[in-house]
Amino acid sequence: MGQIQLKQVTKSFGETQVIPPLDLTIQDGEFTVFVGPSGCGKSTLLRLIAGLEDITTGHIEIDGKDATDLVPAKRGLAMVFQSYALYPHMSVRKNIAFPLKMAKLDPAEINRRVEGAASVLNLTDYLDRRPGQLSGGQRQRVAIGRAIVREPAAFLFDEPLSNLDAALRVGMRMEISELHKKLDTTMIYVTHDQVEAMTMADKIVVLQAGVIEQVGSPLELYRAPRNTFVAGFIGSPKMNLIEGAAATEHGAHTIGIRPEHIDVVEDGGTWQGTVGVAEHLGSDTFFHIHNTGLAETITVRAIGDVSLTHGDTIHLNPRLDEMHKFGADGLRL
Amino acid sequence: MATKASRSAARVMMAPAVILLLGWMLVPLIMTLWFSFRKYLPLRGGDLGFAGFDNYTRFVTSSAFWPAVQTTLVIVLGVLAITVVFGVLLALLLDQPMWGQGVVRILVIAPFFVMPTVSALVWKNMFMDPVNGLFAHLWRFFGADPVSWLSDASLPSIIMIVSWQWLPFATLILLTAVQSLDSEQLEAAEMDGAPKLKRFFYIILPHLSRAMTVVILIQTIFLLAIFAEIFVTTGGAFGTRTLSYLIFQRVLESQNVGLGSAGGVYAIILANIVAIFLMRIVGKNLDA
Repeated sequence: MGQIQLKQVTKSFGETQVIPPLDLTIQDGEFTVFVGPSGCGKSTLLRLIAGLEDITTGHIEIDGKDATDLVPAKRGLAMVFQSYALYPHMSVRKNIAFPLKMAKLDPAEINRRVEGAASVLNLTDYLDRRPGQLSGGQRQRVAIGRAIVREPAAFLFDEPLSNLDAALRVGMRMEISELHKKLDTTMIYVTHDQVEAMTMADKIVVLQAGVIEQVGSPLELYRAPRNTFVAGFIGSPKMNLIEGAAATEHGAHTIGIRPEHIDVVEDGGTWQGTVGVAEHLGSDTFFHIHNTGLAETITVRAIGDVSLTHGDTIHLNPRLDEMHKFGADGLRL
Repeated sequence: MATKASRSAARVMMAPAVILLLGWMLVPLIMTLWFSFRKYLPLRGGDLGFAGFDNYTRFVTSSAFWPAVQTTLVIVLGVLAITVVFGVLLALLLDQPMWGQGVVRILVIAPFFVMPTVSALVWKNMFMDPVNGLFAHLWRFFGADPVSWLSDASLPSIIMIVSWQWLPFATLILLTAVQSLDSEQLEAAEMDGAPKLKRFFYIILPHLSRAMTVVILIQTIFLLAIFAEIFVTTGGAFGTRTLSYLIFQRVLESQNVGLGSAGGVYAIILANIVAIFLMRIVGKNLDA
């Protein structure tokens, strides 16, 4: 079990309200990702759920029971911190056993659970090392191990991969996703990286300045962003947002078209411009195009290696059925 | 970049400082060693020739030696215990966000800037005086007989004075250590179900162990040599004669330079034993 419900939750630090009234339900077993630019309140929201910060008004319910005033330890949630927060003076074994020791479990049971977690996370050979002797990925796994031995109702991850290098990050992303499938426990994951959000989440919560902009599955957010903020935030490279004459032509204040929904044509496209930078990745080519008269830069993704370079004139055809239209208030039309 | 010429130039330029420092250290050391083997009584005939190891055997067989060693140990250990325990508590207290934090921190450090002689005199005359001291007034206020601190409770009094001087030092070092603790570690422990007291013993105290070792190391070296506090309060009476005070008495009060020098050599050996011992602990701690 691990259903978490936030009802009219607000948080203020002194005079500044960082989270205006907010409602959110996270279903049991769901992998929910909070995503947003830095300073959007996503970590604060996670800390409110964890109980590390007190909420100013509102209620938090875990499995239908009011947990607003419960201390963190009594909420049955486990957290993995950005810095891993391992205890440097304890061995890996003692680190993982710490929450069980605090819960005064029988030593034999503690041992059984620690060994179990270690074998799930491939840490068996490192149990007697100190955190200082481990690599970043291994430390990350110890932190996860310390969380899973408690058999919590939900896991909270606070940007857990931001201290790892790119290659390791991809690997750990898979491992966390697999762990979720194996344990089938609720997980809440905070990140500013929309790729992590798209690849891991069952449900994404997009936040900006403490306000939930949209909640939905990754593809819902990709296909039907509710407003220009979500449209610009989800998807990589970013969606092209075009204002002005080209937009009014389609009866909107702003039109959005993703780089992958613009075709490069030999001649006579709807739009044309000069190639600024061409990024040849082999499988794809990304063009950053100037002088289109639409926006400062238009990004286009072409499949395969297209041999256009800096300064060339490029002809483009947007796919009109994939175009997103937004009103003057930024909302989807 | 170091060419042969620049390296020899560096050596030449460093030479004055090195020679000065070496001289400063070696001349007194060699003189002490020299005198410790001489029978040298300035007011009773001057330098009376070699004495062999006489001074060394006389110093340790004297009835004052072992009590002095014991007193030294009691003072050093007492001050260490008080400064470390209260230093940790004060550091934790000062780490709490509060109004006027900066001023309070400076006030806490203040005793360290008071000269030992001055602080001992202030304590002796203003606090511990059995007639006019603040403690005497306090005792009388509650209807108790004032304690003559420096004669009846001489060792505890001196430990108190020296602790007062060294507490700021311990607090300062431990405060920086407390501040360097990653707050996520404490939060993780909180999530893991450790209440405040357990967080202190399992997370904060191990984190402070290195700083505590440094405090103990540095303080021990200085505390082995405390002198002014004893000189201006009890003058070595009432069982407050430490090893360094005994050496002072042998040289200046008994006018026996040879005997005092032998004591000085013992003190050097003792300090080095302590230093090696403590360096090992620190080294071990720094490896981890």
